[in-house]
Amino acid sequence: MTELPDGRFVDDAPYDANVSLQQLERTDLDAPNWVLIWRQFKTHKLGLISGIFLLVSYLMLPFAGFIAPYTANERHPDHLYSPPQSINFFHEGEFIGPYIYPMTSEANLETFQWEFVPDTDNPAKLEFFCEGKEYGLAGFIPTNTHLFCAPGDATIFLWGSDRLGRDVFSRILYGAQLSLTVGIIGITVSFLLGITFGSIAGYFGGRIDWCVNRVIEILRSLPELPLWLALSAAVPSNWGPVAVFFIISVILGILDWPGLARSVRAKFLSLREEEYVRAAEMMGASPGRVIRKHMLPNFMSHLIASATLSIPAMILGETALSFLGLGLRAPAVSWGVMLNDAQNLASIEIYPWTAIPMLPIIIVVLAFNFLGDGLRDSLDPYQH
Amino acid sequence: MEILRYAIYRFGTMLLTLLVVSVMVFAIINLPPGDYLSNQIAELRASGQSAGVAKAEFLRTEYALDRPLYQQYLIWVGFIPGPHGFSGLIQGNFGWSFEFDQPVAEIVGDSLWLTVLVNLAAVLFVYLVALPLGVIAAARSRTWVDYTSAFVGYLGLATPNFLLALILFYYGHKYFDLPIGGLMDPIYEGEPLSWDKTKSILIHLIVPTFVIGTSGAAAMMQRLRANLLDELGKPYVETAVAKGMAPARMLTKYPLRMAFNPFVADIGNLLPSMVSGSVLVSVVLGLQTIGPTLLTALKTQDLFLSAFVLMFVALLTLMGTMISDVLLVLLDPRIRYEGRET
Repeated sequence: MTELPDGRFVDDAPYDANVSLQQLERTDLDAPNWVLIWRQFKTHKLGLISGIFLLVSYLMLPFAGFIAPYTANERHPDHLYSPPQSINFFHEGEFIGPYIYPMTSEANLETFQWEFVPDTDNPAKLEFFCEGKEYGLAGFIPTNTHLFCAPGDATIFLWGSDRLGRDVFSRILYGAQLSLTVGIIGITVSFLLGITFGSIAGYFGGRIDWCVNRVIEILRSLPELPLWLALSAAVPSNWGPVAVFFIISVILGILDWPGLARSVRAKFLSLREEEYVRAAEMMGASPGRVIRKHMLPNFMSHLIASATLSIPAMILGETALSFLGLGLRAPAVSWGVMLNDAQNLASIEIYPWTAIPMLPIIIVVLAFNFLGDGLRDSLDPYQH
Repeated sequence: MEILRYAIYRFGTMLLTLLVVSVMVFAIINLPPGDYLSNQIAELRASGQSAGVAKAEFLRTEYALDRPLYQQYLIWVGFIPGPHGFSGLIQGNFGWSFEFDQPVAEIVGDSLWLTVLVNLAAVLFVYLVALPLGVIAAARSRTWVDYTSAFVGYLGLATPNFLLALILFYYGHKYFDLPIGGLMDPIYEGEPLSWDKTKSILIHLIVPTFVIGTSGAAAMMQRLRANLLDELGKPYVETAVAKGMAPARMLTKYPLRMAFNPFVADIGNLLPSMVSGSVLVSVVLGLQTIGPTLLTALKTQDLFLSAFVLMFVALLTLMGTMISDVLLVLLDPRIRYEGRET
């Protein structure tokens, strides 16, 4: 760098006449939008971890049957309310690989409870890729290979067993299949409704806007749970578990859309006056095309972030409904159905492990919250 | 006078909303195939009790259940005369509960007041907890106070209400000797209000209030903190600090006022979820509020009872929202009287 007599600074590097003036100095800032968002999102550690955790959980769903040592409704009449068993590695100071102590149950006739005694002399080594009850991998490939199981007559209840001697750990994995998908289906319904009504109201304005706005206001001002209850009470009791599951998710979605529609509408009201929207209209694009091709992509990412934040409400909603006996019903397995067993104080006191399904609920809800926060913070890549 | 006009306008919109809600509620209640009386008649026929059938048939005409649905609705609200002249919700007749064989008004009775009480207590709890915690979290942001309160807040948002209720009840009883279940000692039930009864109700209220209010308080706290942080970054705050104003006085005098608006306005968003929560928690904890009644009524398709309870719950939230709107205008005259857009 040399200073010219008139005070300007000039770069000493030779000037290349062929260099394109169009080329940016820092190409990394010219990356597509999603790359910028991703770059920003990576710095949000909590959000990133939550995202990875959720991804793994959802990818696990088809293989729930493989990971679980037992099937969802497999009963062990000799092991009712068995406490959790732990996996050990060292038996009497000697490493023998993962093993468990087999449990034998005895009825205590004074307290009328089953008492479980671990047999510490005979460690039972775990078997891997062993054969158990048949289940459907991903729901349709019949197989009977499980990731791990206890040998012979021994049982492995990592998180205890419930009232009917069913393995809580296995049931949590199976329950995830319903509990986690409820939120996805519900948010899809809510997304479709919210975008449709919100964009129609925001784009056309006038009387349509007024009507949609009133509906939104009314729905938002009502308590959700009683309406959920009333709607789910309307589900005929002779429907199969799958049909009930779908209708419950749809019900959860139906009452959730007003919030989304409101933000879509607000965005549309401001975007409607933008030049590029005018230009598209002048060129004769139909309202549907303007909405879909020109306006929606503008804040799709924003919508996805807010959708992520409203999935937890649905998961909690399903849990509450099933817990009250108006949502999913046995033999369907969901976390809410499982918690139904832990409904009374007695089980909290004597069999606290029946309340374990609350842990995955809390973790998943927190993960969705953190993921949503992270997404929302990283959506404006130019802001920082 | 302006404020009075606004209050009247707001009351009018509330009544209209209530009307729409009543249509919705009635439609939802009538969604399931069959109704309580047809179920009962079929059951009685199957067991060959013709006397009961006659009574059920009588009830059916008595409550106009044999008419088309829209007429049933109008009679229920009280817009057109039923078999006994005008006697609907407007006239103060809440209908008949088939399941309990009693007028609805008698069944819900006291539980209406207890529902209001529980929700009021929860709202108070939210304000009392969220205000100081939110302010402290903002004033001491990025310290352990902030992180702890954020963590507890997140946990409060993520824990299902009903489980929190069970666990708190258990530990509350074990370590603090708090009573389990119900809203008052059984000996006071049906007694006139006395000092002892009030005390008993208050003690019983501790756990439910905490459970219902926690998630609301967590959300409110986060919002207050965010608002306050926005204000604290503004130049006028810097000026005040530079001039040597005491931090506490500076905080309460200007930024807090600015951050306070959303605090009041938010009750509109908060109330529906709190009423929801109170229904759920009441069922789990066996509080004598309207929640358990709603659940049984819905399960047995008890038409008038469930419709009335749903209407009452809606009324409760709408009233709360209306009051908060009027309060907001009182607090901040800059807000336009013609509805607020957020």
